[in-house]
Order: sequence, then C-alpha cells, then structure tokens
Amino acid sequence: MSDASSPVPFHSATEEAPVARWLLIGLAFAGLSILVFAPLIAVFVEALADGVAASLKSLASPDAGHAIRLTLTIAAISVPLNAVFGIAAAWFITKFDFRGKAFLITLIDLPFSVSPVVAGLCIVLMFGANSLVGGWLVGHGYPIVFAMPGIILATMFVTFPFVARELIPVMIEQGRAEEEAALTLGASGWRTFWTVTLPNIRWALLYGVLLCNARAMGEFGAVSVVSGKIRGHTATMPTTIEMLYQEYLSVAAFSVAAVLALLALLTLLLKTALEIRHADQLAATHRH
Amino acid sequence: MHIEIDEISKQFGTTAALNPVSLSIPSGALVALLGPSGSGKTTLLRILGGLEFPTSGRVRFDGQDATGLTVQERRAGFVFQSYALFRHMTVFDNIAYGLNARPRASRPTKAEIVRRVTKLLELIQLPDIGPRYPSQLSGGQRQRVALARALAIEPRMLLLDEPFGALDAKVRKELRQGLRDIHDTTGLTTVFVTHDQEEAMQLADLVVVMSMGRIEQIGKPQDIQARPATPFVREFIAA
Ligand SMILES: Nc1ncnc2c1ncn2[C@@H]1O[C@H](COP(=O)(O)OP(=O)(O)OP(=O)(O)O)[C@@H](O)[C@H]1O
Ligand SMILES: [Mg+2]
Repeated sequence: MSDASSPVPFHSATEEAPVARWLLIGLAFAGLSILVFAPLIAVFVEALADGVAASLKSLASPDAGHAIRLTLTIAAISVPLNAVFGIAAAWFITKFDFRGKAFLITLIDLPFSVSPVVAGLCIVLMFGANSLVGGWLVGHGYPIVFAMPGIILATMFVTFPFVARELIPVMIEQGRAEEEAALTLGASGWRTFWTVTLPNIRWALLYGVLLCNARAMGEFGAVSVVSGKIRGHTATMPTTIEMLYQEYLSVAAFSVAAVLALLALLTLLLKTALEIRHADQLAATHRH
Repeated sequence: MHIEIDEISKQFGTTAALNPVSLSIPSGALVALLGPSGSGKTTLLRILGGLEFPTSGRVRFDGQDATGLTVQERRAGFVFQSYALFRHMTVFDNIAYGLNARPRASRPTKAEIVRRVTKLLELIQLPDIGPRYPSQLSGGQRQRVALARALAIEPRMLLLDEPFGALDAKVRKELRQGLRDIHDTTGLTTVFVTHDQEEAMQLADLVVVMSMGRIEQIGKPQDIQARPATPFVREFIAA
C-alpha cells in the first residue's frame, strides 16, 4: 500500500494505464451499441412505423392476445419448475460426494449444446401421436405434442441449465460448513435448507430465475417444432412474430416483438431494483 | 459426559483417515487432539459430533451406544475451524438459531431467548454486538460468537476444530484463557483440535497425540513432556 502523504499517484495492481482503459471502455460500448442497443431501438421504430394506434390495434387482435397470454402462462409454469429442479440439481452436485459428478455437470449443460430444433424433434419422437406413449396419451385425451404440455416440456428442456449453472459455483464456494453448523445446532435438514442454504444462494437464484424467464419467453426453435404453431391455440409470441413477419405484416410482427422486448427489459429492471434495495445485505453476504 | 471411543476407524475411499483408535475421555475433561496436518484429528472430532460416520467401531456416551445417533441427537456444541457463522444473520440470530430450531414444545419463549442470548453475549464479553453481521466482526470476535452459538443449545459436550487457528498470537492467548474459563464454569466435556503443541500443553487436562490416523500417546501434558512414548512424540513436542 502506498503512503497517504506520498506524491506518487497510487495505482492498484490490476488497474490498466488510462489510455488502455478508455480504449477498452470505448470498445465495449461500441460493441454493446451495435449488438444490443441498435437492434432494440430498431424493433420499437418498426413497431411504431404506422403510428401508435396501428401498433395497438394489431396487438388487440385475438391471435396476438392469445400468443401473449400463452407465452406468459408457459413462463409462469416452466420457470418455477425449473427453479425447483435447478436448486435440487445444484444441491445434489455440491453437497454430496459421488462418482460421476463431472458427468452429471456435463449433462446439465446438454441443453446448451444441443440445437433447440433437435430437442423439439426428440420430444415429437417421444410423445408424438405415432409413438407408444404419445398414442396412449392422445387416446385418453391428453395430447403432448401440438399442445401446451409439449411446449412446456420443450421450454423446460431448453432453459433447464440457467438456474443450476448460476447456483453450482456459488454453492461450491460457500461449502457445507454453514449447513453442518445448522445441523449440529439441532436443525432438521429441511429447516437448514430454508434458513441457511436458500438465503445464502438467493441472489444467484434470482439471477438464474430471471435469465431462465427471459429465455423461456423468447424460446423459438424447440417450441416451433413441438407446438405446430396453430394460431390462437399453440402459437407463442416468438412463433407468432415469425409468422406475421413471413406474411409481410411488419407492424404487427414488430409490435409483438416490442412487447416481448419490453417483458425482457422489465425482467432486468426488476433485478436491478432488487439489487439496489438490498445492497447492504448483498455486501454483507459477499464480504466475509 | 463420559465419552468412549472404541476401535473407531474411518476410510475415505482408499485412504485410511483413522486406523482403529480407542480413547476414553472422562466426564468434564478438557482434551486436546494434537498432531500434524492430515493425522486424522478433524475426522475424529467430526465422528464424535455425528458429522461423519465411522467405517467400523463404536462411540459411547455415558456408557450408552451413540454410534448411530444423528448429528441433531448428539447435541454436541461444535465450533468449526472457519467458524461457519450464518453470514446472512445478525450475531443475535446466529446465537439464537439453535433455540429457534427446537420443536415448538421445547422452544423457549421469545423473551426467554432474548434473555439467554444476552447472557451468552455477556459471557463472551461482547455485550453490544448483537445487531451486527458476521462480516462486521474481527476474527477473534467471530470465534467467540461461534462459541456462544454452540453453547446456546445447552450441549452435552463441546467440540472445537482448531478454534484459535486463524488468529494472531496475542488474541490466541486471550481466547485460550477464555475457553479455559468457560470450560471450568460449564463443566462440559470439551475436545479441541490443535497442531500447536504449546497450546495443547498449556490448556488441556489430557493430551492425545496423533499421527497418520493413529494415536501415538495419551497422557497429562507434563507426563507426555517428561516421558514421550514414541520417537514421533519426542520429535513433535520438541519442535
Ligand atoms: N471428505 C474426505 N474425503 C477424502 N479424504 C478425506 C476427507 N476428509 C479427510 N480426508 C483425509 O483424511 C486424512 C485425515 O484428515 P483430517 O482432516 O482428519 O486431518 P487433520 O488432522 O484434521 O489435518 P489438519 O491439521 O490439516 O486439519 C487426510 O489424509 C485427508 O486427506
Ligand atoms: Mg483438521
């Protein structure tokens, strides 16, 4: 550490020279502008090309309304389920020693490396009307493919890694000592989970859930294969956007796209607001 | 409480952390497990606390078989090497944790919990730190809070894993006396792990010298210093 009275300016060891720093910041900003901000603005500009009224009118159509409701329902079902599965997987991987752990971690990443379209096809093969299981289910009035359950399955498959991936490093870093302490103090495993494990991972969990949610609402490939894109029935927001765009209904397509983008922005805003509100606790849990 | 360790061994895969060891700890004693790194001290302590289960052998508390007791049933006050304080809870809530975790029928009232936590904070001579978070405490303060938290459950024994390991020499000396005092007032059978032979000799009634998963010698500090049983012990206490 440098002396406070010393005239030599103090630099931390990891700090770059000013020129390099500004260059890096500029580069990052330029990259963000081209890749993120510009397309986002373009979406809203296109949506409002014929004015606000035209845009709202296209959103008020029954098909658009249905697509928005369907997407929100899918997210509302698949995100909580994936949060539970993600916590369970991360817990199992980090708190227990067993053979094949590395393999299991790789398996969790599988949805990231498999193309969503392939994932969708797998679900069609397994649960389609021509398959054994699918045929039986359809016969009893519970179709999976071209129906809500298939869309949920596809969404869950694609978004499964988000929560677990966020939690595993945090849980590894925190170790088992606090949980063991709770157990020695007489707490049951269940109580330990609720009072020690969960509070310690809540920020990572929130982040994972928000990412999972954004992706769940935006999933296209797997859902478009599984859902059959039946308008007013199984067409979600992303598939509806694509269909409208193919039909040269540009304002309608971009209006739905703008709603989807707004939902994603809302998600991020929520995260930021929570972070600001709990900044002190955040600092308390991170130092130590 | 009288603790008997009867031919306990522990295997982690192919490594033997403990070769069969036997040890009898009289009720109310203050015992040091002394040995170099990797000699199995932590493993033995965790087996006593019910955090680890032996591959073979038995543990008896007051003559009763305790080998199969769960960690909760053991009611051992355990102080972890890194203290393992709950980082998202205040000091007060940390100490009250064990009382709040009791089943409703035996849980003290809110007022009683406040009274007991206040008393424990006075016992560790930090009466004003209840509202702070662990990250706002010094190492020595954390260690004392960990001790208070372990004492809050009215444990049947006290188990401490290198309780002074991460502290500077001056604080170590102070806390050593603190532990001795708390042991003497509570009368709890206490086992602590250390690799500092001076600490073991000064503090403990009974010293257990361990090496490579084996017990080399058990005895009073002055006896071990006067008559080391093996060449290993002679070298280790001379260091
Ligand atoms: N969970 C575990 N899995 C595999 N091996 C382990 C595990 N815990 C301990 N061991 C091994 O058992 C042996 C004894 O470890 P232990 O932690 O009891 O030593 P220690 O005497 O407490 O050492 P230290 O002074 O370094 O804390 C070591 O060889 C260690 O590598
Ligand atoms: Mg150890």
